[in-house]
Amino acid sequence: MIEIKNLKKSFGELEVLKGIDLTVAQGEVISIIGASGSGKSTMLYCINGLEDIQGGQILVDGVDMHARDTDLNKMRQKIGMVFQQYNAFPHLTTMENVALAPRIVLGKSREEARDIAARQLQHVGLGDKLDVYPSKMSGGQQQRLAIARALAMEPSYMLFDEVTSALDPELVGEVLDTMQLLSEEGMTMLVVTHEIGFARDVSDRVAYIHEGRVEEIGPPSQVIAEPQSERTKQFLANVR
Amino acid sequence: MDNSATQVISFFTAFRLADLWYLGQAAINTIIISVLAISIGSFFGVIFGWILAEFNRYLTVLLNLILDVFRSIPLIIQLILFYNFFPIIGLPLKPFTAGTIVLTIYTSSLVAQVARSGIQATPVPTRRAGRSLGMTYFQDLRYVVFPIGLRAMLPAWTGVALGVLKDSALVSVLGFVELLRASQILVTRTQEPFIILTIVGAFYFMLSYPIARITDRLEKRWQND
Repeated sequence: MIEIKNLKKSFGELEVLKGIDLTVAQGEVISIIGASGSGKSTMLYCINGLEDIQGGQILVDGVDMHARDTDLNKMRQKIGMVFQQYNAFPHLTTMENVALAPRIVLGKSREEARDIAARQLQHVGLGDKLDVYPSKMSGGQQQRLAIARALAMEPSYMLFDEVTSALDPELVGEVLDTMQLLSEEGMTMLVVTHEIGFARDVSDRVAYIHEGRVEEIGPPSQVIAEPQSERTKQFLANVR
Repeated sequence: MDNSATQVISFFTAFRLADLWYLGQAAINTIIISVLAISIGSFFGVIFGWILAEFNRYLTVLLNLILDVFRSIPLIIQLILFYNFFPIIGLPLKPFTAGTIVLTIYTSSLVAQVARSGIQATPVPTRRAGRSLGMTYFQDLRYVVFPIGLRAMLPAWTGVALGVLKDSALVSVLGFVELLRASQILVTRTQEPFIILTIVGAFYFMLSYPIARITDRLEKRWQND
């Protein structure tokens, strides 16, 4: 379970998150929607400690992520993350990209790590691309590679940060399909997205974030189909 | 008696095969001083570059200032100053030692900037991806930043290495007999500057060419990444 309590985050003078409260239950898929600059992505970075916080608390399985004595490297193994930029390691093949962290972080043998990598790449539909370098693949393939790389650590949670925003329109589908597959397998997911269709069809709950606060949260049938807040209505009207 | 006298005279008037051997040994001195300066200088240069890329501003400004001194002052002046400074404090250095130390510091000041840009060649989001997988700072550095940086900095590093190889000729001002110094001695003795300098030029080419070829090949091999 991920518990976010009154989270506050500033970049210098600029306060980006002004007190976020959000709880993600095991197996739940939550989509985070909102305008650019509303703090959605920053929230994800705070969850796995890639950004420090100025106030509040984030508990992952009861562990305070920003406490001084928390072993962040250990905790991050539980929290997979996929980014807007594909962030494949350009000097490694697909297989090596995925096998690297299991080998050096989890201490698996070369063979074990290769097995894990092959299995995860198969899982996201890249079973025929094992020895290809990322630069030779499409954006959609690279993004699926990033998903496989995160899954290879066998995380309990997956964070997705606008993973389809940099993709050509015709490549969005294959990545969303992969994410839907994960949700069907019971993965706990926190998905920052501009894909309202995905938020509606796949997520258990949708949160609309406005200027650093959760403006509205609930099942998609409420937040997307019948939003209660004026601001949510306006945002949805703009993106449709 | 007559015989040996003519031999001595002929030794001083023309270039002989034995002189080639003499040049060969001088070339080995050039290789030794260059290899030492390039390898040790690159090692420290990468550490300095890492500090420049990753540490706080005050430290980087200070280090940059020091490195700029060594980058900007002509090598020949550094050599003469350094070599003549130590006898003053009662610790005379051999020309070879003084030359190697100065050339090493000079190399490290050049490699530092190359390494800094290499480390910065890895985009921050890519490094975050590494950290998000649970890698420690140093694992991320070792397995993500360095391999990417190495590919980015190789051409510039090759330029530095070739430059240092040729700049090692300046150590001759301290009296260390490397290729250039040996050629000057032979020219004075034989009065055959054209032949001797051509041979010395060929020596330098033979030393430089493999470096250029090897890095060229590495670059080609890494291109498919």
